[in-house]
Amino acid sequence: MFGLKRGSAADLLVLLAVWAGLLLLFGQLSAGFLSPATLGSVANRIPALLLVATGMTLLMVTGGIDLSVGSLVGFCGTVVGVVMVDWGWTLPAAVACSIAVGLLLGSVSGLVSVKLRLPSFIVTLGMLEVARGLAFLAAHSRTKYIGDTIESLGTPIAGLVVSPAFLCALLAVALGQALLSYTVLGRQLVAVGANIEAARISGIAVDRPRIAAHALLGALTGVAAVFNCSRLGSADPNAGVGFELSVIAAVVVGGTSLLGGRGSVAKSFLGVLIVATLEAGLVQAGASEPLKRVVTGVVIVVAVLADTWRRRD
Amino acid sequence: MLRAEHLTKRFGSVTALADVSFDLRAGEIHALCGENGAGKSTLIKLLSGVHPHGSYQGRFELDGREANFASIRDAQAAGIAVIYQELSCIDEMSVAENLFLGRPTTRYGVFIDRGAAERRAAAALARFGVSLDPAAPMRSLGIGQKQLVEIIKALLRESRILILDEPTAALAEHEVEVLLAILRDLRASGIGLIYISHRLEELAKIADRVTVLRDGATVASMPIAAADPATLVRHMVGRDVAELYPTRTARRGPPLLQVRDLSVAAAGSGIRIEGVSFDLHAGEVLGIGGLMGAGRTELLSHLYGAWGRRSAGRVTLDGHRLDAGGPDSSLRAGLALVTEDRRRYGLCIEQSIGFNLSLSSLAQVSRCGVVSRRSEALRNDEWFSKLGVHATGLDAVVGRLSGGNQQKVVLGKALMTAPKVVMLDEPTRGIDVGAKMEIYALINTLTESGCAVLLVSSELPELIGVSDRILMLHDGRVTGTFSREQATPEVLMKAALGTAVVHTDAA
Repeated sequence: MFGLKRGSAADLLVLLAVWAGLLLLFGQLSAGFLSPATLGSVANRIPALLLVATGMTLLMVTGGIDLSVGSLVGFCGTVVGVVMVDWGWTLPAAVACSIAVGLLLGSVSGLVSVKLRLPSFIVTLGMLEVARGLAFLAAHSRTKYIGDTIESLGTPIAGLVVSPAFLCALLAVALGQALLSYTVLGRQLVAVGANIEAARISGIAVDRPRIAAHALLGALTGVAAVFNCSRLGSADPNAGVGFELSVIAAVVVGGTSLLGGRGSVAKSFLGVLIVATLEAGLVQAGASEPLKRVVTGVVIVVAVLADTWRRRD
Repeated sequence: MLRAEHLTKRFGSVTALADVSFDLRAGEIHALCGENGAGKSTLIKLLSGVHPHGSYQGRFELDGREANFASIRDAQAAGIAVIYQELSCIDEMSVAENLFLGRPTTRYGVFIDRGAAERRAAAALARFGVSLDPAAPMRSLGIGQKQLVEIIKALLRESRILILDEPTAALAEHEVEVLLAILRDLRASGIGLIYISHRLEELAKIADRVTVLRDGATVASMPIAAADPATLVRHMVGRDVAELYPTRTARRGPPLLQVRDLSVAAAGSGIRIEGVSFDLHAGEVLGIGGLMGAGRTELLSHLYGAWGRRSAGRVTLDGHRLDAGGPDSSLRAGLALVTEDRRRYGLCIEQSIGFNLSLSSLAQVSRCGVVSRRSEALRNDEWFSKLGVHATGLDAVVGRLSGGNQQKVVLGKALMTAPKVVMLDEPTRGIDVGAKMEIYALINTLTESGCAVLLVSSELPELIGVSDRILMLHDGRVTGTFSREQATPEVLMKAALGTAVVHTDAA
């Protein structure tokens, strides 16, 4: 699958088994869990997560990270709201604006971090505040109701069980994995994350792939912001608070290293499924919000621990 | 006082030590030599508890009683201390803090008593005749001084057996003398020392006995009087040295790389390379020698575009100007570099052989930014077999290979770009004799096909054995150019020390 190596295929199977285990477990715990309705709602929840997790994987492979994606979802969503409600533009134009804004802010983070040699952790922590502030400024701190036009993206297509948003996210995952496995840029991302000095000496212009990864993640976050609006039918400047943590959790559960040099979009996809199923399942099983957070937190650490142990010789 | 009997240690299918016995008397310096991979470091790891008892066969005896160490702590408690080549001191702390690291001098068991620690440290330093300020930050010390602090730290822990792993590798001449004097004092006080060094002439000055390891087995053990360098080398290598270097067969062609009056400044400091000129011809190996800090690595890095700012001079490759624009433009122009530190600058250690091999040639194996798996595999297979990399396949992770095989991968990566000039910085450092010979043969093949090779090496025999001509650097300047016939270790050493500027007709 996607030109992955044998060891990687084994990793995928383990993740799939964990996911299947979760489905069975929650199926046992609450009778209605394995119904089309619940699964449909999981599928509906995850497009934004999938898109951003794909971009985040590509960035984390280089050894970078972006903490501002939650705020970017908020700000880009506000842009969609302003463009559609205040200016009366069409949905495609709003999508283009959202992507452009995401791309711009992602590139800014990338340029500042790479060219000025600051850790991306710090730069994007700053961007987290900046983008959230911009969201409130642009929206005058009010939620804008957009309505049916945008909701249609998140509703299942007649005849299919899944929504356009979900299909779009799947496409992004496939393209993301292909980029990582089959392209020169993908190789460069891995090389830069694995050993940036060796990559430089090998003749790779090391700044370019790193900035590209930030920019790409920004653009994907722009798309994710649209899907997030479509779930609510409105643009909320508060949207996406804490979203970055869900994304990073999913990517890490998928086995991507925080230190760079190792990662797979396909595995992040399964990471997203696991995290989303866990959250939906806990809700269904009647767990309270605080309890849900406790369990999710523990599961993330255990998943990474298991991954580390499996890698040890 | 220490006796090791019939030690055998295996890593998977590889036998690192095969039935090695070894003993150390109190008040003795016992030298351990052997090529890299001969088993020296494994033996030390057994002795110091890094590999715990039970993971190997054989037994240790300390003062006539059986002593087997389950951990590093165990071995330390028994009085065994290792001073590794890579020092483990903490630069941010003071000399005194480093000396009592892990056992701070405290008041009421809670508060660090800096004054008392410094008084104790001063006493300890004085006892060993070392004049250092205990309050000085470790950062401000030279490597030699840091090493002394490490040794004193070990002695303060009541160590009776001191193992020194290439302690003089990074030291200047006068620092070596200071260290050796201290080691002699320690010997006189009844401490047993195991001394590992590649510098054979040093052993004659300091050791009482020498044991030579090869391929995990003891091949010889003798008093130092019987161990002249030639004998030691024969034991270490297992053959006469003359056979090491292949006969050069390439014909010298027109000049490929021309360097004229090159001066380079380091960022932030002064001129590091001054007025260097030379021609490198097709089919030729030009050796570059000199001491540490003479500017050899800097010269190669600069030509490659990875270091320094050019303040004067002109470099042409095959008639085209080479402006040190960066590794990517150098590679395009046909200039490749194999760096000295392969783990740091050469390899993505957790990636596969294939990933590393093609890393510099991605543009050649891709179309519109998409890597063609077929043409990549084709090229990788070609170099994998050309270099004779010993591994299960292209998928094998580079970090698991031996030093020699790792070096072959780095070489393959550089050569896959089809360079006209290949610069090799210490290409045989830390690899075994077999792999060395293969690399020498490869250099020969390269020059036969019309490539030119610039070779930096700290080993004079290698420099003389492999090069057609040798350029000696001292303090960033050329102090001599020698043909192969003119080059003797003595002549080269003089030029390396900068005592005489020699220009011969070899240029």
